[in-house]
Amino acid sequence: MSLRIVVTVKYVPDATGDRHFADDLTVDRDDVDGLLSELDEYAVEQALQIAEDADDAEITVLTVGPEDAKDALRKALSMGADKAIHVEDDDLHGTDAIGTSLVLAKAIEKAGYDLVISGMASTDGTMGVVPALLAERLGVPQVTLLSEVSVEDGVVKGRRDGDAASEQLQASLPAVVSVTDQSGEARYPSFKGIMAAKKKPVQSWDLSDLDLEAEEVGLEGAWTAVDSAAARPARTAGTIVKDEGEGGKQLAEFLAGQKFI
Amino acid sequence: MAEVLVYVDHVDGAVRKPTLELLTLARRVGEPVAVALGAGAADTAAALAEHGAVKVLTHDAAEYADYLVVPKVDALQAAVAAVSPAAVLVPSSAEGKEIAARLALRIGSGIITDAVDLEAGDEGPVATQSVFAASFTTKSRVSKGTPVITVKPNSAAVEAAPAAGAVEALDVTFSAQATGTKVTGRTPRESTGRPELTEAAIVVSGGRGVNGAENFALIESLADSLGAAVGASRAAVDAGWYPHTNQVGQTGKSVSPQLYIASGISGAIQHRAGMQTSKTIVAINKDAEAPIFDLVDYGVVGDLFDVVPQLTEEIKVRKG
Ligand SMILES: Cc1cc2nc3c(=O)[nH]c(=O)nc-3n(C[C@H](O)[C@H](O)[C@H](O)COP(=O)(O)OP(=O)(O)OC[C@H]3O[C@@H](n4cnc5c(N)ncnc54)[C@H](O)[C@@H]3O)c2cc1C
Ligand SMILES: Cc1cc2nc3c(=O)[nH]c(=O)nc-3n(C[C@H](O)[C@H](O)[C@H](O)COP(=O)(O)OP(=O)(O)OC[C@H]3O[C@@H](n4cnc5c(N)ncnc54)[C@H](O)[C@@H]3O)c2cc1C
Repeated sequence: MSLRIVVTVKYVPDATGDRHFADDLTVDRDDVDGLLSELDEYAVEQALQIAEDADDAEITVLTVGPEDAKDALRKALSMGADKAIHVEDDDLHGTDAIGTSLVLAKAIEKAGYDLVISGMASTDGTMGVVPALLAERLGVPQVTLLSEVSVEDGVVKGRRDGDAASEQLQASLPAVVSVTDQSGEARYPSFKGIMAAKKKPVQSWDLSDLDLEAEEVGLEGAWTAVDSAAARPARTAGTIVKDEGEGGKQLAEFLAGQKFI
Repeated sequence: MAEVLVYVDHVDGAVRKPTLELLTLARRVGEPVAVALGAGAADTAAALAEHGAVKVLTHDAAEYADYLVVPKVDALQAAVAAVSPAAVLVPSSAEGKEIAARLALRIGSGIITDAVDLEAGDEGPVATQSVFAASFTTKSRVSKGTPVITVKPNSAAVEAAPAAGAVEALDVTFSAQATGTKVTGRTPRESTGRPELTEAAIVVSGGRGVNGAENFALIESLADSLGAAVGASRAAVDAGWYPHTNQVGQTGKSVSPQLYIASGISGAIQHRAGMQTSKTIVAINKDAEAPIFDLVDYGVVGDLFDVVPQLTEEIKVRKG
C-alpha cells in the first residue's frame, strides 16, 4: 500500500519585511508579503526524499490559513508534492496554537495518513509546539526535531540533537515527525515543477467540512489572550569608532567602563 | 497562597540555572512546588529549597531516559492533579516547550511559550513575550484552564529565598503513549569547560568574517579572557567552522546575556532574533554599513584579525 505523507506548511509574513500587529493584536497579514515558512521547506524536502526511497508514496501538503496561503501550497507543489489541502474559514482568524492543532489534526485524519512531517517551528509564532500537539491529538508517536530522518518497513528513525545529548529515536508508523534546518538543504522548484504544480489538485475545506464549530477556534475560541503589543523602543545609537590601530584597546576601555573587565 | 508548579531541568540532580530563575518568577504568583523527574531527582531538593521551593515532588523511572517527552508529560499531569496549581512554569528549552504543550492540551489549558517576564495579574499571571525578532513586546495571558507558561533563560535573577523544600514522592502511572518513541542511543555533548551558551553572562560570537574553523581560536581566546560562552552565526555553522549547538539565532539558541560581542557577523534578522535582547551589544565588523551596527552600544569598524587579538591582549593585561 502506498505510504501517505502529510506535510504541514504555514504561510507566514516575510521576516525581512516590516512585520507588525493589526488593531485586534493579531498578525497584520495585509501589509507584508507572505510566503511558505522557510523552515517548512525542509519538511517538504524530507517528505520528497522519503517518498523517493519508498516504493509507492503520496505527499499531501496541508495548510491552515487565509486565502493567500495558497501561495505556500503552490510552492510546495512546485517542489514536488502531489496534492494540497487548504483549510480556510473566516472564523479561523486569531486561532492560537491549541486551536491550530485541533484544525490540523482533524484535517490530517480526514485526509488519511501514515506519516505527518512538520517544520521545527514557524518563522512568525516560533513556538515549536504544533508537532507535539498533533502527536498528542492523533495519539501517535512524536519523533520531533530531527536533523536526520529515514523510514523503512513502517518504522521511522532519526537523530535529535538536544542541548545535553544527541539522541537516536525510533517509532512505528503512523507517527508525527518534525525536521530541523540541519536536515538537508531544500530543493528549488524546477521550471517543470512550477508548470506541473499548476495542474495539481488543491482542495479547500472549511470548518464544517471538518465537523468543527466556529466557537472552537479563532480569537473567540482561543485559550490565550494578547492584552498589548508594543514596538520595542529603538536601541539608543551607540558609539562607533573606526579602527586606526587602537580599536581593540578602545573597545577594552569601553568594556572596562561598563565593568565587564 | 496558591501553589505554582515548576518543572525542574536538571542533569543527574544538578539543577540548571533557568530552573532557579523560574523559582524567582513563580514566587511572584504563588508558592513554588517543584517537580523533578528521572535519575538524581531527589538530589535537586537542596538547591530548590534554597531558592524558594516549598515542596519538591520527585519520581524516577527508566522511562524518562528511554522514551521521548511523553513520560514526562504523564508525570507533570499527575503533579497537576495532585496539587491543583494556579500555574505551571516550564523552562523554554526545545523539550520543555513540547512537554508544556502536551500538558496544556491534556488539562484543557492554553499555553504561552518563551515568556521573558512574568507578573501576577487580576486574571492570572501576565507573561511578557519578545516577538518578531524582538522588535515587539507583547503582554499575554492564558484565558482558559491552568496557565501553562514556558520561560526563556536569563528572564529573571536567581534569588536566595530559603523554604522547606520537603521531598515527596509523586505517584505516576504511564500512559499508553509513553513508550511510543524509543531513544535507542544517546551521545552526550562533550563539555568545553565554557559556560552554557543560553545561561552565560557574556557571549562572544563569530560569523562568516572569521573565515575558517582554525580562526575560531581567536574567538575562543577572547571568550576565555572574559569567561564567556562562544556563539556562531549560521553562516559559520553551515560552513562547518563551529558546531551547530553553538548557533545563535532563530534556528539556534536564543541568548540574552549582559554582554554580546559579535565579530564578523552582519546582523541578519534571523541572527538578531536570537540576541537582540542582550543588555549590552558590541560588534566588530569591517563594513561600516553592516546592519549589526544599528544595534550596538559600541562598535568598531575594522578587521577582526587586528581588533580581536588586541582586545584579548588588553583584557588579559587589565585583568592581570
Ligand atoms: C508573535 C506570535 C506569538 C504567538 N504566541 C502564542 C502563544 O504564546 N500561545 C499560543 O497559543 N499561540 C500563540 N501564537 C499563535 C500561534 O503562533 C498560531 O496559532 C500558530 O498557528 C501555531 O503556532 P506557531 O506558528 O508558533 O507554530 P509552531 O509550533 O512553531 O509550528 C511548527 C510547525 O507546525 C506546522 N504549522 C504551524 N501552524 C500551521 C498552520 N497554520 N498550517 C499548517 N501547518 C502549521 C508547520 O509545519 C510548522 O513548521 C502566536 C503568534 C505570533 C505571531
Ligand atoms: C529560516 C532561516 C533561519 C535562519 N536562522 C539563523 C540563525 O539561527 N542564526 C543565524 O546567524 N543566521 C540564521 N539564518 C541566516 C541569516 O539569514 C544570515 O544568512 C546569517 O546570519 C549570516 O551570517 P553572518 O553574519 O556570519 O554572514 P554574512 O552575512 O556573510 O556577514 C559576514 C560579515 O562579516 C564581515 N566581515 C568579513 N570579513 C571580516 C573581517 N576580516 N573583519 C571584520 N568583519 C568582517 C562582513 O562585513 C559581513 O558583515 C537563517 C536564515 C533563514 C532563512
